[in-house]
Amino acid sequence: MIEIRIHGRGGQGNVVAAYLIAMAAFEEGRYGQAFPNFGAERRGAPVMAFVRIADKPIQQRNQVLAPAFLIVQDQALLQIPGVTDGLLANGKILVNSNLTSAVISAQLRKEVIAIPAANLAKQVLGRPMPNTALLAAFFSLTGLLSLESLAKVLKHRFKDAVLEKNLQLIEQAAQQIQAGLWQRSNSNSTNQEEAVHATST
Amino acid sequence: MLQALEGSQAVAQAVALCRPQVIAAYPITPQTHIVENISKLVADGKLQCEFVSVESEFSAASLVLGAAIAGSRAYTATSSQGLLLMAEVLFNIAGLRVPMVMTCANRAISSPLSIWNDQQDSMSMRDCGWIQLHCADNQEAVDTTIQAYLIAERTELPVMVCMDGFTLTHTLETIDIPTSKQVDSYLPPYQFSRTLDPRNPITLGTCVAPEFYSEARHSQHQALLKAQAEIVAVDQEWLALTGRQMGGLLTVEGPAEAKVAILSIGSVIGTLRAALEEIPPPQPVKLIKLRAYRPFPMDALKVACEGLEEVIVLERAISPGLGGIVGLEVLAALSELPNPPRVHNFAAGLGGRDIPLTILPRLLSALNNEETASRRFSVIDVELAKLPMEDR
Repeated sequence: MIEIRIHGRGGQGNVVAAYLIAMAAFEEGRYGQAFPNFGAERRGAPVMAFVRIADKPIQQRNQVLAPAFLIVQDQALLQIPGVTDGLLANGKILVNSNLTSAVISAQLRKEVIAIPAANLAKQVLGRPMPNTALLAAFFSLTGLLSLESLAKVLKHRFKDAVLEKNLQLIEQAAQQIQAGLWQRSNSNSTNQEEAVHATST
Repeated sequence: MLQALEGSQAVAQAVALCRPQVIAAYPITPQTHIVENISKLVADGKLQCEFVSVESEFSAASLVLGAAIAGSRAYTATSSQGLLLMAEVLFNIAGLRVPMVMTCANRAISSPLSIWNDQQDSMSMRDCGWIQLHCADNQEAVDTTIQAYLIAERTELPVMVCMDGFTLTHTLETIDIPTSKQVDSYLPPYQFSRTLDPRNPITLGTCVAPEFYSEARHSQHQALLKAQAEIVAVDQEWLALTGRQMGGLLTVEGPAEAKVAILSIGSVIGTLRAALEEIPPPQPVKLIKLRAYRPFPMDALKVACEGLEEVIVLERAISPGLGGIVGLEVLAALSELPNPPRVHNFAAGLGGRDIPLTILPRLLSALNNEETASRRFSVIDVELAKLPMEDR
């Protein structure tokens, strides 16, 4: 089972993002579970949403405490205590930011990929909604689910101009990152561990 | 058909499949999405039904009461304060023995104000005379909603379908929505034996003097008790139709030789199931899912607990000044066994506090802790350090 936590601010489509991931999992014949953690339901307030993907029905309904991936819709949230809590040792962070991945990785000492999702969205959609661009990058980086499935579930959710622009946006967003970089993350981390081990001996 | 749906959306579809004729509701978090989705089905012409927006839950309940007595299949949904505002009418609906279905998206009660999930709302309406069925997941919420109409109309009793607010209502997951053909073959058109008819006038809800009040209450109690058989039968018929069953009054899972069982109600069952797999306990443990809370299945519970030494009851509400609500009822039922197991009673997850997988080892270790084992009841996830000394 893969667990994902989404951090964002009220109004950034956090719950929609979580639902879209779970719907894409369903499209691919897997099981998806997505739910919000509502705090104060105000625009701009920090909010979370949780996603689980598995090959069998998902039983537990507790919050995701030890995610393999964090999707962060607002870079400023990374400064809030608790946002990166519980991230697995080889866990990865995808963030909407105009800074480079290297800068944020160095700040957090974690593996971070940054893409200017809100900027891209502003150009394509006319609104700085980072969620679908981040999802495209996430699907492409991890290879967990395909961009075709993302397009499919967007078609369930949106229509007309909003749909067309989102389809254009996810294509552009996916080009911002190296596809498959986070694929087979376990074997990568094993290689890294071996490399560290080799240097120390 | 299998679909990835939000719980509320799925329940709205299940209600629509039952072809309700009158719906009245007032929005309240976390129930709102259910009636919002239904009103959309009505507006889109996908559901032929009178949808009445009312100014309060009191009116919602009153309106569906009138509609059901006048011969319409009726539905409403609410949560928390909304359920409390309905209280007076809920007793009337049950006392008049009017069949209808309501969804209670379980939520905490003020004060302090909390919009989040626990089961204090439906528990506080325990004695209003409605059948109360609890759902462990959204599939159960869908299937139980449909079953509820059949139970209600066969027993002439109202049914409250309880589903955990947010934890179920706002969770998107894979749900099998039955076809309208299936539901139509399962649920015949609404018929109520005492439908108001101007050609044959009768009086309902009249003042009953002491000569007959006790008889009215006795027969209401008997009707609820007898409904147990119908709850089981209706689930069996659903199994024959869809291949799914929701567990009748209660279900027992786990190894037959287990001497310890955890009994709970609602969506925490899934978390406990996952915990049993992820954090295997040293001793075999059974899991008892209580589905029917009213009528309370005394006999089924005794059968389920025969041979057990320890029963841990985990619940999501409190009776202040007493302790657990379900726990005490379980204790009462099991006291009739020749060798009754010890009953340990805990509340957790009040006002939306997350219940993590580690609840399982925590519950089990309480068995060996003399202090907690001797206490009848405690809120197991309370953080006492947050409280002043005198309140600990």
